[in-house]
Amino acid sequence: MQTHTTRRQLLTAIGMMGGTAALYQAMTTMGHAAETQFAGPPNLSGARTGASVLVLGAGLGGMLAAYELSKAGYKVRILEYQNRAGGRNWSLYGGDTYTELGGATQKVGFAPGHYLNPGPWRIPHHHRTLLHYCKSFGVSLEPFIQFNHNAFVHNEHAFGGKPVHFREAAADFEGNVAELLNKAIDQKALDAELTTEDKDKLKEALRGWGMLDADMKYKTNLLSSEHRGYERTPGGGVNGAPIPSEVFKFRDVIDVQVWKNMAFFMNHEMQTTMFQPVGGMGMIGKAFAKQVGGMLTYNAKVTKIMQDKAGVTVSYTDTATGKATEAKADYCVCAIPLGVLNQIENNLSGPKKSAIAAVPYGNQVKIGLQMARRFWETDDYIYGGHSFTSQDIALVSYPNYKLFEDGPGVLLGAFANGAGAFRLAGMTPEQRIEAALAQGAVFHPKTYRKEFQTGASVAWSRVPWTMGCCARWNEETRKQHYQTLVALEDRTVLVGEHASYVGCWMEGALLSSLDAITRLHKRALEA
Amino acid sequence: MIKHTAFALLLLTVPVLAQANAGGDTAGSSANTTARPVTGEQVYVQVCQGCHMADAKGGVGAGRIPALAKNSNLEDPSYPVSMIVQGRGAMPPLTDLLNPAQIAAVATYVRTHFGNNYKKPVKEADVKAIMGQ
Repeated sequence: MQTHTTRRQLLTAIGMMGGTAALYQAMTTMGHAAETQFAGPPNLSGARTGASVLVLGAGLGGMLAAYELSKAGYKVRILEYQNRAGGRNWSLYGGDTYTELGGATQKVGFAPGHYLNPGPWRIPHHHRTLLHYCKSFGVSLEPFIQFNHNAFVHNEHAFGGKPVHFREAAADFEGNVAELLNKAIDQKALDAELTTEDKDKLKEALRGWGMLDADMKYKTNLLSSEHRGYERTPGGGVNGAPIPSEVFKFRDVIDVQVWKNMAFFMNHEMQTTMFQPVGGMGMIGKAFAKQVGGMLTYNAKVTKIMQDKAGVTVSYTDTATGKATEAKADYCVCAIPLGVLNQIENNLSGPKKSAIAAVPYGNQVKIGLQMARRFWETDDYIYGGHSFTSQDIALVSYPNYKLFEDGPGVLLGAFANGAGAFRLAGMTPEQRIEAALAQGAVFHPKTYRKEFQTGASVAWSRVPWTMGCCARWNEETRKQHYQTLVALEDRTVLVGEHASYVGCWMEGALLSSLDAITRLHKRALEA
Repeated sequence: MIKHTAFALLLLTVPVLAQANAGGDTAGSSANTTARPVTGEQVYVQVCQGCHMADAKGGVGAGRIPALAKNSNLEDPSYPVSMIVQGRGAMPPLTDLLNPAQIAAVATYVRTHFGNNYKKPVKEADVKAIMGQ
């Protein structure tokens, strides 16, 4: 019988003694479970009788705060600018109307069951907080097809400006790198770093990984075709024998678009498995709203936030009637995006105001295009995933639902950022659709325009309730302002993806919310 | 002009913010290869208009995008330049997107259009001075 304690026994013991937080700490120390900071829902209890909290903003962060604080016994009220809860968690369906800043109004014409997710659209498997509450609130999730070898890569300056399959480009990149590295070993360039045994092992790896032939060359042959695909794929009968495909020129393969896309899928946040809610990302916001429905006041435009020794007073205007009102509470959870909050009169401290003003917002643009038939599936064998381009639209992404159906499909026809996004944002909605069709057609020239039916676009720089997509911190602003921004100041605490290191993700908003209300509750009990 | 000089000096002491990380959920594509805008009008249409609108009147929702049309702040040429270089609130610094020549061109453009009539052109050197170059 073994006398030493197994790792599992030890962890179980720590878990029982110290709860999930201690277990998490221990597991992290042992090199496990480092994928999330979520340690389970907060254990808040014993709120003072009658203690009240005003939550500003009914995005996921605000609604989670409201849900957990009200469960803990607080009297909670949420003020929301829109006539809808969910914030940036949002889907546009046929029949919806959206008016952006500047007044351009779009009537969305998608077929029933189809949608555009203007904001979040994919959920990493390690965003445990979001996944936990999706399960708790009954949100059905399905796989989001993130990685598709058969989708395209396109750069106007490579491969003669023609799109190539990701599979071909990535295989050729790896094959050529393997061949070159092997050459370096043979030329004794790595003798200082590697023992003879290491070199043999590495050569074997390069041969197997890079699909090198007996001469350690990456060439047009059946070996390389095993990774990059065939000219004629293996079949049955008379013409069953495969014909290899021609490898690309190395100078094209080392194009920036190729390795950027390869590296993109290596990002922790972009790794498979990813998920999406069945029926659109907005289902999450709807499920959260169901939990806090009674606490919500819609059409409330916050105009002033003042706190003093006695409590917090928030002035707001009913955007439907124009009536100005005040709401009072003991505490305030402010989940308003920073660009908007920066323009609201308040008596927060100078450093806090500086922190709020210090973080600019991203300008992403998304465009949804409904096509009469799913030609990417029937003609190109592309089921989900993304085709990348150096044009303004940045990508075309293929829907992960209703696969194989005869009816229409809604493509994501743009997910632009930076210069491309500014250009698209400055257009009218009609011009954006035209640009998306012209650029996306590079991948599907025969069908793209022909099958197009209707489209919708959201330029985040013109979204009336955020004026931007999400907070763009950098190392300097983090260092100078982050701790000030997240610090509980008297009776007010800020919540949102902007108050997290998981910026621009729903998970960041939720983790920020749980951390903020835990500190707020502690402060309230000490008061 | 005293106001202008004082403002410019103040800006000289403020380091230009490091290029912001995009971070978060991004498309994952390589750098955009579309031709860059050159003239003031091109820069306005391809960059500024995305927020400030084609008529430069901005917009109002939960927050407010300021109008550049008939904006007396533009009388001081360092005002538009510093906004572009440093950003303000939700507006990002645009130095990773625009070079001093483009910034000068668009500052000149907004100061002479949309009901603004401040004729003195903004020069590339003025922009560089504000950027501390």
